[in-house]
Amino acid sequence: MRPSIRIASGQGFWGDLLNAPVDQVRKGPIDYLVMDYLAEVTMSILQKQKLKDPALGYARDLVPLIAEILPDIVSRGIRVITNGGGVNPVACRDALFDVARQKGIHGLKIGVVRGDDILLNVDELMASGATLANMETEAPLSSIRNRLISANVYFGAAPIVEALQQGAHIVITGRTTDTGLTLAPMIHEFGWSMNDWDRLASGTIAGHILECGAQASGGNFLADWKSVPDLAHVGFPIAEAFPDGTFVITKHHGTGGLVSEATVKEQLLYELGDPTSYITPDCVADFTTIRLEGTSPDHVRVWGIKGSPATEFYKVSMAYHDGYTAVGTLTYAWPDAVTKARAADRILRIRLADLGLSYEEIRTELLGLDSCFGPRSVEIADPNEVVLRIGVRGQNRDAVERFGREIAPLVLTGPPSVTGFAGGRPKPSEVVAYWPALIRKSLVSPIVETATL
Amino acid sequence: MRIQLIRYAHARSGDKGDTANVGVIARKPEYYPLLVKYLTAERVAEHFAGICMGRVERFELPNLCALNFLLHESLGGGGTKSLKNDAQGKTLSSVMLRMELDLDDTP
Repeated sequence: MRPSIRIASGQGFWGDLLNAPVDQVRKGPIDYLVMDYLAEVTMSILQKQKLKDPALGYARDLVPLIAEILPDIVSRGIRVITNGGGVNPVACRDALFDVARQKGIHGLKIGVVRGDDILLNVDELMASGATLANMETEAPLSSIRNRLISANVYFGAAPIVEALQQGAHIVITGRTTDTGLTLAPMIHEFGWSMNDWDRLASGTIAGHILECGAQASGGNFLADWKSVPDLAHVGFPIAEAFPDGTFVITKHHGTGGLVSEATVKEQLLYELGDPTSYITPDCVADFTTIRLEGTSPDHVRVWGIKGSPATEFYKVSMAYHDGYTAVGTLTYAWPDAVTKARAADRILRIRLADLGLSYEEIRTELLGLDSCFGPRSVEIADPNEVVLRIGVRGQNRDAVERFGREIAPLVLTGPPSVTGFAGGRPKPSEVVAYWPALIRKSLVSPIVETATL
Repeated sequence: MRIQLIRYAHARSGDKGDTANVGVIARKPEYYPLLVKYLTAERVAEHFAGICMGRVERFELPNLCALNFLLHESLGGGGTKSLKNDAQGKTLSSVMLRMELDLDDTP
């Protein structure tokens, strides 16, 4: 057994710094590169892409990235784990095999984890007893069944471990938990048992720290952002994990950013619910047992974590159509910028009402004045400028589209000193609403396949 | 005495559907008891009136000298449904830290 392994976070979301994984591979020692690409709405976007073209439906950024780093990871034995397979991990694997062929690399083994995509099995599963009711509102799935766009089970670390044990150099998954990507190599390397709840909880919490990339290493650091050196070259976080479950959060020497107790604590609190019960498919982790200490610059040791048994359920993330939105902006200048913007808002609302258009919501915010603080905003005397931002949402696409056509005329038919109407009319965009549910683990199984080029 | 929270704590906020979470961390361990005493769920609900339309839950993490708040119904429906500029509640940490608290004790 290796005395420790270094697991590097390469992406915090789909759209993160493209060079981050390249830097993680080239700027110092790592054993695993983990990349999270899937936010909750991402699966529905990918499902739509796959409908248009059966060869799509995965995070396409992965292809040029792997093309760039493949020679490095092969020569240094770095293994890559990512959920960028989206709703089509097999197509993603085939695209990566094409890359390897072009690079003349032989013997590359890629593992695929699928079986999470239950969109086509929903009725069958409901016949087997799954209710798939909304776990927040308890509404039955039948209320949105005909508007469903995607349905994916969150698998955990277990199927990734299986792929690693089969020797995969790269593991591509569909919807797995972000934390499972980091936990899996620890289980694989250290031979942890799947009911060693404390160690599983430790690896899970390491995963939580890594899953948002540089948010653990100086990015978005509220405590003292001005003290963070060289954010332009921010180093993404690395967890050096030990067999007893202890780990050290760090980053490559010579990179920018900061790893400190405060940066790690901020990330620990990010998107946290009940801290005593952080539920994943692998275990239930208790964040109130975490001990941490900065041991040297850019090194924070974490230990003492307790966990408890996993539940009998997987979470299911579903997405459904729920109408349309459009948002438009106009900029008003001094004097009386705020009064002008508010008048323009009133005029627009009167025109929409005159047209007989109604919406589920019309929302007006003044950027520079109140969009973040709402009723807690502090008065500003006659600012230089404000941006009027108006959005509408409704089930009727035509009504939302017409709103977009009513914004521009305000430039010539409303209050003066107005600009910023560039980029054309705001177009309706589809609302993809989120439907979280639970399903018994016995009803669905991950499928693990490895193939060698 | 009256204090502004940002001097004594830092924070990070995020979203889960229409619920925002705001984690508040004491800048020094000796400030944590003040947060526990004064930064109650009731006080936070009052501060977020007009932003948080649902209930406020508070959880304690003494090991990190931190409190975690869940602000239900705070994100205009959440996800792609929300018309808010800050649909993910990323700046609610700043809203929290702008709060002023009246203390009986001196920190």
